Amino acid sequence: MGELSMLDYTIGEPITDTKAPSGPIDERWSARKFSAKLVNPANRRKHRVIVVGTGLAGGSAGATLAEQGYHVVQFCFQDSPRRAHSVAAQGGINAAKNYRNDGDSVHRLFYDTVKGGDFRSRESNVYRLAEVSAQIIDQAVAQGVPFAREYGGLLDTRSFGGVQVQRTFYARGQTGQQLLIGAYQALSRQIDAGNVELHPRTEMLDLIVVDGRARGIVARDLVTGEVTTHLADAVVLATGGYGNVFYLSTNAKGSNASAIWRAHKRGAYFANPCFTQIHPTCIPRSGDHQSKLTLMSESLRNDGRIWVPKEKQDPRPPSEIPEDERDYYLERLYPSFGNLVPRDIASRAAKNICDAGYGVGPGGLGVYLDFADAIQRLGRPAVEARYGNLFDMYQRITAENPYEVPMRIYPAIHYTMGGLWVDYDLQSTIPGMFVIGEANFSDHGANRLGASALMQGLADGYFVLPATLNDYIGQGGFTDVTLDDPAVVEAQTGVRDRLERLLAVNGTRSVDSFHRELGLMMWDHCGMARTAEGLRKALERVPELRAEFWRDVRIPGTGEELNQELEKAARVADFLELAELLLLDALVREESCGGHFREEHQTPEGEAARDDENFSHVSAWEYGEKPVLHKEPLNFDYVHPTQRSYT
Amino acid sequence: MKLTVRVWRQSGPDTEGQLVDYPVDGISTDMSFLEMLDTLNQQLIESGEQPVAFDHDCREGICGSCGVVINGQAHGPETTTTCQLHMRAFSDGDVIDVEPWRAKGFPVIKDLVVDRSAFDRIIQAGGYITAPTGAAPDAHATPVPKPDADLAFDNATCIGCGACVAACPNGSAMLFTAAKVSHLNSLPQGQPERAQRVLDMVDTMDAEGFGGCTNSGECTLACPKGIPLTSINTLNREFLKAARKARK
Repeated sequence: MGELSMLDYTIGEPITDTKAPSGPIDERWSARKFSAKLVNPANRRKHRVIVVGTGLAGGSAGATLAEQGYHVVQFCFQDSPRRAHSVAAQGGINAAKNYRNDGDSVHRLFYDTVKGGDFRSRESNVYRLAEVSAQIIDQAVAQGVPFAREYGGLLDTRSFGGVQVQRTFYARGQTGQQLLIGAYQALSRQIDAGNVELHPRTEMLDLIVVDGRARGIVARDLVTGEVTTHLADAVVLATGGYGNVFYLSTNAKGSNASAIWRAHKRGAYFANPCFTQIHPTCIPRSGDHQSKLTLMSESLRNDGRIWVPKEKQDPRPPSEIPEDERDYYLERLYPSFGNLVPRDIASRAAKNICDAGYGVGPGGLGVYLDFADAIQRLGRPAVEARYGNLFDMYQRITAENPYEVPMRIYPAIHYTMGGLWVDYDLQSTIPGMFVIGEANFSDHGANRLGASALMQGLADGYFVLPATLNDYIGQGGFTDVTLDDPAVVEAQTGVRDRLERLLAVNGTRSVDSFHRELGLMMWDHCGMARTAEGLRKALERVPELRAEFWRDVRIPGTGEELNQELEKAARVADFLELAELLLLDALVREESCGGHFREEHQTPEGEAARDDENFSHVSAWEYGEKPVLHKEPLNFDYVHPTQRSYT
Repeated sequence: MKLTVRVWRQSGPDTEGQLVDYPVDGISTDMSFLEMLDTLNQQLIESGEQPVAFDHDCREGICGSCGVVINGQAHGPETTTTCQLHMRAFSDGDVIDVEPWRAKGFPVIKDLVVDRSAFDRIIQAGGYITAPTGAAPDAHATPVPKPDADLAFDNATCIGCGACVAACPNGSAMLFTAAKVSHLNSLPQGQPERAQRVLDMVDTMDAEGFGGCTNSGECTLACPKGIPLTSINTLNREFLKAARKARK
């Protein structure tokens, strides 16, 4: 492990060309599609494309590329593509359909998304996202995704996340699952047709770059342990976010950053790593055994009232605390938005009140989300109809009945807006490597609105990538790469060596114990609120912990078998490196915006103070002995930055 | 709580397996069943033994990865996924048997991990609607009556965990296949391929070594998503209709 001295970063050349066409924003995507090269269907068969990941982005991309005629080689670490973590999304998917005739439009969805991202996303990309959103719904319906419908047989919609139009399409509380199954079925059809070669229970461990272009991956078969090499003309990463760097998050346990981190070390820039979204309505942890966190849908804040006792550590059960001894702090601090303030505001307020000693539940890390008023006003059946499945889930996990006692909630890490840097074509700084869905950075800025992640995954996979990848393949110039190419051998040997080194440590501490320590430190110093002091402290500790890991981790078993500890170890080793870049990015970004709150940068009222003068840019980090920071300036020609205020 | 967990240990598909007793201590009633297994594994790793291999991922009851037979019941004593089963369902001093899904169609890979890829092959045989991407008609062009949409939805909630197969005395995959057929065949979009879909899916299901259905109903009792037994009636009806049509 060459120790990086991260604080010693340098500033590199700014990024000026993102490949977005100029001209009116509503014509850019059409112009790009028209200028993109086409590939004769007969020639597509000759090209292999690797897709890593089978979630909404990867599944839809694999199905679409295969249907276009490419030979797709696809990977997932789960036993089936249907289990990718997109399956867990609850709420819904936005689309500018204006089915409600309530004034929605592509432009309004674009406007809301740019503003929601706190002016740290790229206008061209966001406009395109809004533009193709309507087609996503058409596509999903054609595939048989059972969206909620009205009695007339038309699609039902609802509003979400404070948006003032009803543009969210949903399938009960299981929208992610239904959309994912749709993409999985489309992919399954292509597998049966022989156009997709699927490798389940297989994990990408390195990227192969030949003559400066992405030409394949090194993977490990998680059942046999065999390390294999796969070559292609282009590589697509659709591997999701890196929220598990915090150990406790709402991500699936297997969600990891290895693919994007390995690609970063091969030359792909990593953009805005410090932009992590913290979701306010999570079930609080119940003890040290906690392995992950479960989200309760944000929709609960529509009717639930959030409060804590006015008395610190009040021992009384909530029902015995009279009205005037309760502090409905969101309603007090933000009278006009009340309990419906955006995610970052609600999260920070909960943290502040708990830090001040008013928290409830075990360890004082929780606030009440109370439905007593709603039940009195609407009656229990109405509340049951709206939120029944969520109440049941809460009761199953906590053994408390939320119809009788208030829920307890606390914020948690949910989604990462940062990711690998991509241009307008979704291509990384390594030619031939495309990054889609949560794994890239481009569309959500510093904050993600509800019901927008599913939209981006499917937009990238069904509509954007299939057009831009054609252009790349169409430019040609592919030389034959063989397995004995030095770059291939080097990547393969590197992966084998690293696995052997991990197994050879044979120390005393389990992988989980390191991961928990890292996660706790990240949460404490780089969670909802960050200070230069805390970030520096963590930046000192992470390299120490990393060294300790490579000195003292214990992984039983061998590399030639199903070895779940080895899988985890390789992922945690990557988190231990990524964590440092995340901390550095948070330290360098001397402003507060969206999910990134630097305590030094707040208004007198305690709100986030954005610094557009100095930080209206994407921070794209290049890997090296010393990290190199490339800035991509952000231009806002259509939506002009304004200060967010919710009081 | 202090418990004894008797776990099925099997190092590979071709080796013999056996139940091994492990005492575990410090189990909180707030733990999920998988967190109890995490605790056991930390103990095993610290004492230099191999941890128990088991499948899991989202731990929110929706990905369908987890699944073990607990005291003879698929996913344990409550109708839920193993990740959403909590230790408060057990008492101090209990002895708990933990075994993998057992069925010919689900060969054991290691310990509690089984190979469920046969389910994927059943889907690949026809569990989809042939809708090319990029040029679908406007979503409102095909209205779906709400009762049909709801029926489709109820069946679409299947998470493919395989509890139905594990619970069935015949190791049958009828409920899984029935859920998919009922979902797609009840929608207007699913009509053109309706007959071929059911024939191909049932063929593949049989070829994968799953047993037949004798209406014992164990599958629906174990299903964490409540896929009803009536879906199997639908599958049978669809199959007979399609087979008769195919013979003509």
